[in-house]
Amino acid sequence: MEKEFNTFKNVIRLPHKYAAGPTYTKFYNGLKESKILGTRCPSCAVTFVPARSFCPKCMKNLDTWVEVAQEGEVQTWTYAGKDFFGIPGKAPVVIVLVKLDGTEGSFLHLIGGINLESADTVKKALRKGTRVKAVWNEEKKGHMLDIKYFAPLSKKR
Amino acid sequence: MADRVGIVEVAMTPGAESKDNFLDQVFRTSKELLDKAGISRDEVGTVVSASSDVFHGGVSCASSYYWDAGAAFLKNASRQDGESLFAFIYAVMRILSGNYSTAMVLGVCKGSENPANDMLTHFFTDPFYQRQIGLNETVAAALQKREYMTKYRITEEQCAAVVVKNLGNALKNPYAHVKKRVSVEDVLASEMVMEPLRKMECAPKSEGMIAMLLAREDVAVKLTDKPVWFKGYGSSMDHFYLGDRDLLNGQLGTAAAKAYEMAGITNPKKEIHVAEICEPYSFQELLWCEDLGFCDRGKGGKLIESGATGPGGKIPVNPSGGVLAHNPYVTRGLYRLAEGFLQVRGQAGERQLGRKVTTALAHGTHGFAGQCHAVVIIGK
Repeated sequence: MEKEFNTFKNVIRLPHKYAAGPTYTKFYNGLKESKILGTRCPSCAVTFVPARSFCPKCMKNLDTWVEVAQEGEVQTWTYAGKDFFGIPGKAPVVIVLVKLDGTEGSFLHLIGGINLESADTVKKALRKGTRVKAVWNEEKKGHMLDIKYFAPLSKKR
Repeated sequence: MADRVGIVEVAMTPGAESKDNFLDQVFRTSKELLDKAGISRDEVGTVVSASSDVFHGGVSCASSYYWDAGAAFLKNASRQDGESLFAFIYAVMRILSGNYSTAMVLGVCKGSENPANDMLTHFFTDPFYQRQIGLNETVAAALQKREYMTKYRITEEQCAAVVVKNLGNALKNPYAHVKKRVSVEDVLASEMVMEPLRKMECAPKSEGMIAMLLAREDVAVKLTDKPVWFKGYGSSMDHFYLGDRDLLNGQLGTAAAKAYEMAGITNPKKEIHVAEICEPYSFQELLWCEDLGFCDRGKGGKLIESGATGPGGKIPVNPSGGVLAHNPYVTRGLYRLAEGFLQVRGQAGERQLGRKVTTALAHGTHGFAGQCHAVVIIGK
């Protein structure tokens, strides 16, 4: 049925470019060398990963750099069986928060190296506390996805 | 406070797609408010609007497009982005400044014209650490839901019960967008969007133009014999990077504590007679109830099972149907406040609670997984 009133359609494309600044640049340069870098607050001793340039609580500059562990524990995850806007790569994907060893917060990334066929297959391999380790791409671009994903460690270790 | 500020009147549109264009909706809502309050545009001291024009409208710069439709033409007036309850408190403060005896709060959102919610929320992330991983509001909520279920053994059925309650409550709300009688089984059978979140557990994309008239006490009592007074306010914003936050112990507790203190509330379970809260995802209503002090930490699932948050319960939550039934993204906090206002006045139509309502709580949230919360207390 035809609508009573007109509708106008419009697709808006807006090209932006974002200054990464010195702290984020150093973090991405670390990824190129297969290192995950954080910054530590001299006042409250919290380590921010990925690296941040300031502590919002103490209002301090963060210029103490630390290379953090590439292993940690799964805090929580979600499974997408279908592509969605902004998805890194193609479905299926598992997005995860990993608490890297020796840090206070969690690191937002992907899970791989397991059967991603369905949420049920993922549940067999993943639960809160599952130990995971960063797996790197051979080719580095200075991008969060230089880390290909985090994969569960084999239970023998 | 030297003076009291009262809400005098409210006008708002329903959530379903309207054939009217944006400006006509803004104009009609503003005009309806003035007509109901019985005052002319000249008598409106100032206007504070809540909008997200470029993102949610793809139109113009800030308020410049809809200003003249919103009774604000040529006025000394202003606009607020972010949580729409910020616009309310801004208008309250303009009256308390002593410079205005009346202020209009205007919230504008025409969700039917927008791309999918998460196409927009993806761009609410930073372009460096979170956008590159595909984060959006639903991904963040799904991460939060699994953590909540795991830590406190909250069940899928308890989460689905929020949807059953709220869409059922919405049947009595002429402004709600999604309203139907559904079962827990229906919710659990709906499509998995971002496991463990199902489609029916996620709020829709709705329209919502709303206008509210506030007045200083001496003026308010002349404009209406049923003013509803502003009593308390609190807000707090957590870290932006999701991994820096404790997703199960966010800032709603802080915001609520400030609002309760200002309003002199010491026992929210008893003193709040109705709560209209902002739950874009099913389980968040349970978690937010804990933060608001309606039950102990981890007991949100038991709370809904007990029936306490139903329309006939001890602490009715979202008798309007809440955000699951109506999600005008930019103005949903103001809609919660309007519903609280109608309940206190006894003018909530079929959804009017059977109990005495003298104090209401309205809650708004924006950012992912409850990054920012605002709480308003109003009452007789």
